[in-house]
Amino acid sequence: MTHVATHDDAQHPIRLYFVVWGWLFVLSTCSYLVDYFHLQGHLRYSLILLFMMLKAGLIVAVFMHMAWERLTLVYAILLPVGAVLVFVAIMVLESDYTLLSRTVNPGLL
Amino acid sequence: MVQISLRNEADEVRQSSGLASIAADLSSDQRAFKNVSWGKAMMWIFLLSDTFVFSCFLISYMTARMSTTVPWPNPSEVFALEIGGTSFPLLLIAIMTFVLISSSGTMAMAVNYGYRRDRVTAAVLMLATAALGAAFVGMQAFEWTKLIHEGVRPWENPWGAPQFGSSFFMITGFHGTHVTFGVIFLIAIARKTLRGDFDVGRRGFFTSRKGNYESIEIMGLYWHFVDLVWVFIFAFFYLW
Repeated sequence: MTHVATHDDAQHPIRLYFVVWGWLFVLSTCSYLVDYFHLQGHLRYSLILLFMMLKAGLIVAVFMHMAWERLTLVYAILLPVGAVLVFVAIMVLESDYTLLSRTVNPGLL
Repeated sequence: MVQISLRNEADEVRQSSGLASIAADLSSDQRAFKNVSWGKAMMWIFLLSDTFVFSCFLISYMTARMSTTVPWPNPSEVFALEIGGTSFPLLLIAIMTFVLISSSGTMAMAVNYGYRRDRVTAAVLMLATAALGAAFVGMQAFEWTKLIHEGVRPWENPWGAPQFGSSFFMITGFHGTHVTFGVIFLIAIARKTLRGDFDVGRRGFFTSRKGNYESIEIMGLYWHFVDLVWVFIFAFFYLW
């Protein structure tokens, strides 16, 4: 089978990877500091999610070359992940219900 | 006939952006992922399925933690490390995070040097990646030992909700297994690269297929995925 390559990885300078590596270090330090300074409440959770999404985005887009892949592959891989978010929403409702029933009937569980 | 097929190929190259291109790709003949080799497409699809596996673990952890009436152990204290009388929260986990990110950096560069046909640099960078991965697994083994000595079991622990132990061992254990297999896989590909298999088209012992430098990129996809999963574990299990 012939390999048709429109994107050649060699065209990226090594510097790009060092820059991303540096940013991943900075973002990891930031998320560690969230815990170190004992931030609480909504600020804590939103910062954790923000740094997490930025790190995940950098890894997928640059290290895994998703930014240069053909759009069909990008959508085929990223869209199904949305199903996970639906599953999360369903289980949040389920957990709330379980907690409610455990609080109302402490003798049962 | 020749002209028609030429025009079709030109169309394929041109339509590489926009929703219309996706519709064109998916409704086209034989191949949906036009310029993506089967090896890379299959690795991505495997990684998608692995995403679902890890998602199920993290969602079951979320469900256990949200629905329990018993307080959840504070990970900041549980995973603290004492050095010279001072307690640092999550210190070992932070070091593990930096080690894994560094291994991702060396892996990305190995892919780049592979495409430059610099097989020695590519192989050395892959072996460095494998060494960092092995260091990560070592630190995880240390962490498991420490927690087991402190009385953490899949069914109980001294600090709170019993589901803490089962979530911890299941999630970090499955991730550590992925890292371990990645290290073995890395050493195998590094050996092939160093020997020049991808230059001379030597056939693989297991698949009898000729490899090429794209194998390093496919290996890289798996390795970056392992790092990616750790980003989510770090956020949801250790920091939350």
